[in-house]
Amino acid sequence: MIGWLDRFGQVFINAFEELGRFFYIMAQSLEWTLRRPFDFREWLRQMVRVGWDTIPVVFLTCMFTGMVLALQTFRGFERFHAEGFVGSVVALSLTRELAPVLTGLMAAGRVGSAMAAELGSMRVSEQIDALYAMATEPVHFLVVPRVGASILMLPLLTLWGDAVGILGGWLVAVGLFRANSFLYMDRTFQFLEVNDVTSGLIKAAVFGLILSVTGCSKGFYTTGGAEGVGRSTTTAVVLGSLYILISDFFLTKILF
Amino acid sequence: MAATATEPKISVIGLVKSFGDKHVLRGIDLEVMPGESVVVVGGSGAGKTVFLKHLIGLLQPDEGHVVVAGVDLTLASPKVALDLRKRFGMSFQEGALFDSMTVFDNIAFPIRRHTTAIPAEVTERVHECLHLVRLADVEDKYPAELSGGMRRRVGFARAIALEPEILLFDEPTTGLDPVNTAAIARVINQLRGELNVTAVTITHDMALAFHIADRIAMIRNGTILALAEPAAFKEIDDSYVQAFLHGEVPEEEGEETL
Repeated sequence: MIGWLDRFGQVFINAFEELGRFFYIMAQSLEWTLRRPFDFREWLRQMVRVGWDTIPVVFLTCMFTGMVLALQTFRGFERFHAEGFVGSVVALSLTRELAPVLTGLMAAGRVGSAMAAELGSMRVSEQIDALYAMATEPVHFLVVPRVGASILMLPLLTLWGDAVGILGGWLVAVGLFRANSFLYMDRTFQFLEVNDVTSGLIKAAVFGLILSVTGCSKGFYTTGGAEGVGRSTTTAVVLGSLYILISDFFLTKILF
Repeated sequence: MAATATEPKISVIGLVKSFGDKHVLRGIDLEVMPGESVVVVGGSGAGKTVFLKHLIGLLQPDEGHVVVAGVDLTLASPKVALDLRKRFGMSFQEGALFDSMTVFDNIAFPIRRHTTAIPAEVTERVHECLHLVRLADVEDKYPAELSGGMRRRVGFARAIALEPEILLFDEPTTGLDPVNTAAIARVINQLRGELNVTAVTITHDMALAFHIADRIAMIRNGTILALAEPAAFKEIDDSYVQAFLHGEVPEEEGEETL
């Protein structure tokens, strides 16, 4: 009985420790963002890695999502002769929900994991201690550019995803179902409001914050050599994706 | 507060540190005078690395004080502690070089970060540092392309880039062959001679200790068991010290420290 309670308590302690580290790293990186020196090169490097290098993944993900959305809704809407609204449905679901969430999840897998692995191996090989010993705050040099780049790049990737997804839907509707190209595009933008797009972009920025802070904090607190780095990388992806999906619900509730 | 010649550069007073229920350091007192080289020896797991990490503020003591150049690290604000660390150079066990940067960028890192040197000055200083550690033609290489001994020496070069007052060496010869060990010892002595720094080295390599030490301290079970000048250290009448000197297993050694 005691052993069971003990284990149960440990789960809570671990969970709070995890959350504590998450918010500590987040607060620290916000605090250090405005301090000098501003590391322009490192920011640029991270923006290329988070933004530019993720473009192909987002392209494929959103392209096929847009295509499958069109495919599914077309089949469904056909039953009550509402095929004309496929464009609107595809555009609305992509901009408000699917593009930001899928971009966030793909980035958590691609970027968040890389951050955890990189910082984790820097931790176990004492490179983070070395930074500290050279009078450089590790959060300032390592975490701030990564978090900043993610917050800036995720909305841009999402915008790219929006465009690609809508294009995918159009391809299926026009290519497969012989819909009128002009009419489809007209319907796409008929019900689309600026708010639909911007709320998706705000979500994406928050997801960028979440996945980068998760990746960095998992990497930063890595212990236990190569195995520990592997563990940090895996948990960074799992937790990052979970946090994104959970926060997505609450963000949607607030933003709409 | 400026330390005068008679004041110790580093004072460690009653340093106690535990991790969970593991009592690593149980009250360490040690003073290092300016320009002195103290080597801390001890078996694996004796708490040497933990001790060294306290000197630069990588770890905070549970009890006791670490005073460096007149500043108490346990009481100093983060800003003061950060500035104080610019006066340190630390060389890590495996070098701890940034593996995403070339040798040149590694050594230039602290210079670019903390000085307003123009690129030509940075280049000049990097070459000086490389020359001091007797390395040439490696600046465009990445750490992964270097041998263990070379990585160690690049680590030294990076540690001295800002002309520190205090140098800390964490196991500088572990895992190196005898020739490289001798070379490292020579480099350390040369660095001390040319820069007049205060040095603290931790190692379990007695040959290195006798090469570079003004005084040798032995840590065992989290306290300082012996502290003496190299010649006197050899004569210390303690079975553990003698066993350590001769590479034997002490008779009373329990299994937990093996």
